[in-house]
Amino acid sequence: MNIVTFKSDFIKPVILGAIIFAALAFLPSLVDSYYMSLAISITSFAILATAWAMFSGPTRYISLATVVFFGIGAYTVAVLGEILPFPVVLICAALAGTVLALLVGFSTLRLAGVYFVIFTFGLTELVRQVVSWYEVNVTRELGRYIFLDITQDDIYWQLLTLLAVLLLTGFILGRSRLGFALRIIGEDETVAKHCGINVTRVKVALFVLSAVFMTLTGAIMAPRWTYIDPVIAFNPMLSFQVVIMALLGGPRRLLGPILGVIPLTLLFEVLTANFPNHFSIMLGVTFMVIVYLLPGGVIGLYEKYGGPNKPSHPNGPPTTKEKTA
Amino acid sequence: MLSYAVFSGITLGGMYALVAMGLTLQYGVSRIMNLAYGELVVVASFAAFVLMTSAGINPVIGLLILIPASFALNWAIYRILLKPLVARAKNRGMLEVDSILATFGLLFIVQGVLLVWFGGNYYSYDFMNSAVNVFGAAIAANRLVALGFAVVIGLGFYLILTRTRIGTALRAVAVDPQSARLVAIDVNFAACFAFALGGAMAAIGGVLVSMFLTFSTSMGVVFTMKALIVVIMGGVGNILGALVAGLILGIAEALVATYIDPGLTIAVTYVIFLLVLLIKPSGLFGRATS
Repeated sequence: MNIVTFKSDFIKPVILGAIIFAALAFLPSLVDSYYMSLAISITSFAILATAWAMFSGPTRYISLATVVFFGIGAYTVAVLGEILPFPVVLICAALAGTVLALLVGFSTLRLAGVYFVIFTFGLTELVRQVVSWYEVNVTRELGRYIFLDITQDDIYWQLLTLLAVLLLTGFILGRSRLGFALRIIGEDETVAKHCGINVTRVKVALFVLSAVFMTLTGAIMAPRWTYIDPVIAFNPMLSFQVVIMALLGGPRRLLGPILGVIPLTLLFEVLTANFPNHFSIMLGVTFMVIVYLLPGGVIGLYEKYGGPNKPSHPNGPPTTKEKTA
Repeated sequence: MLSYAVFSGITLGGMYALVAMGLTLQYGVSRIMNLAYGELVVVASFAAFVLMTSAGINPVIGLLILIPASFALNWAIYRILLKPLVARAKNRGMLEVDSILATFGLLFIVQGVLLVWFGGNYYSYDFMNSAVNVFGAAIAANRLVALGFAVVIGLGFYLILTRTRIGTALRAVAVDPQSARLVAIDVNFAACFAFALGGAMAAIGGVLVSMFLTFSTSMGVVFTMKALIVVIMGGVGNILGALVAGLILGIAEALVATYIDPGLTIAVTYVIFLLVLLIKPSGLFGRATS
């Protein structure tokens, strides 16, 4: 199957991206540890938001369960980190994420989008309760310690690599049959079915792909905490933050979410430092502002006013639905 | 033990059914998928708590204050927050996405406000806490009162929807908003009214629950979750379905909590939800269309 249509505009962005990532890799030798931790936050949110948008952007299936996969990744490291070498642990994490995503995907993605939203909405609560129950009744310890010989710089480099892989995947996906099928589904599911697309399978495939990146992010971030328990690992606030970031940036474009990640990570940093008790309210307000005033995200704004009138997809002009979305 | 578990399951299930009836109204008639719904339940619980502890107003009288207050509040939420989304949406799918996002934001605002005021602790108050003997099981009187109110209000609600003009109009809008317009039903008014009425049901649920359960600021999500599952299980827009589904959920939960582990109630909810999704996603009494 011809997965990628090579075009002249394929090589240039890849090389440009490679240069940018190579430059970013030198960051640890330039800045102190405070800025490194900020860089880690930004990179991890960039992965989560981009992975979220990779599935939810074109399909409009809003996943509220980012933290479930993230937390499962972190827990895999907590459980296996001292038994197995770290790369193997990462593979295990990815497998765990895949299995859960398949389970969720096949039970909900055959149905209307709202079932999926509801399922993911409560999934965090469910997984947290089940993990707590297991820890209390089987291992008899609620928390776990993670002592791994992984430095902050290592975490940063791992995240950076993962982000690079994710962006490359997204880039290729945008030019592949699978990505095209996904966009047709987003536009009109009935049409997609009539084109001979196996709608459920495409959606599940993308959901799994996006979940694997989320799980890996959690696994890579885990050594940073040294101590985790179900409340820390499955904090619903994270899913919420990821959705806001992707929406602010614009979930319909590959680089859109990252545009939302940078300002919002900085904003959260300021909010947690200055208004720790009002964090949730501020976050809610920010979210509402974005939903009401910037429905297409920053990128949507750019496309609407001023920007060069590029088609938002390499495969054709934007449809009416897209312009308004 | 069994009769106690079943009874507490029925009380709990009655609450779920009541709360879910409101949500099915908001989703079925107003087409708003309200993820902040459970927060409104919890707000009512805290309001009942404040009335009881600081003003000495008992929750039954409190209901008389809180029902209209919640109706008005939800009316305002619909008018101010959700109307622009309804006006902006091109189709039902877009409204669904927008309303999910907006109410998701609202959820965190309400939760944040409650956290600032009340903190993360569990709350409860003393109201009719004496035991009554029912079929050999000692049941707290407040549970009986709550259940009684749930039955009366649920029945009243059902009668309003099936026997009155406005109830019929609401049901017509739930079935088909376009055709409802043709028979001179003010769809915008109906949507707003249904949303406010649904909110009032949430408040009733919250007050009744606060009579016999401890509650905390973070419980809203769980209420929303369970209400949503009950709505889907009963079939969207189906009041009787919500009643049956609520009771099933409540009893299943109470049995698991009594005989297996109280820490697994959400797991039970999810197992039931999964079964519904796999076997009959249109709900127990739903029609085969999705």
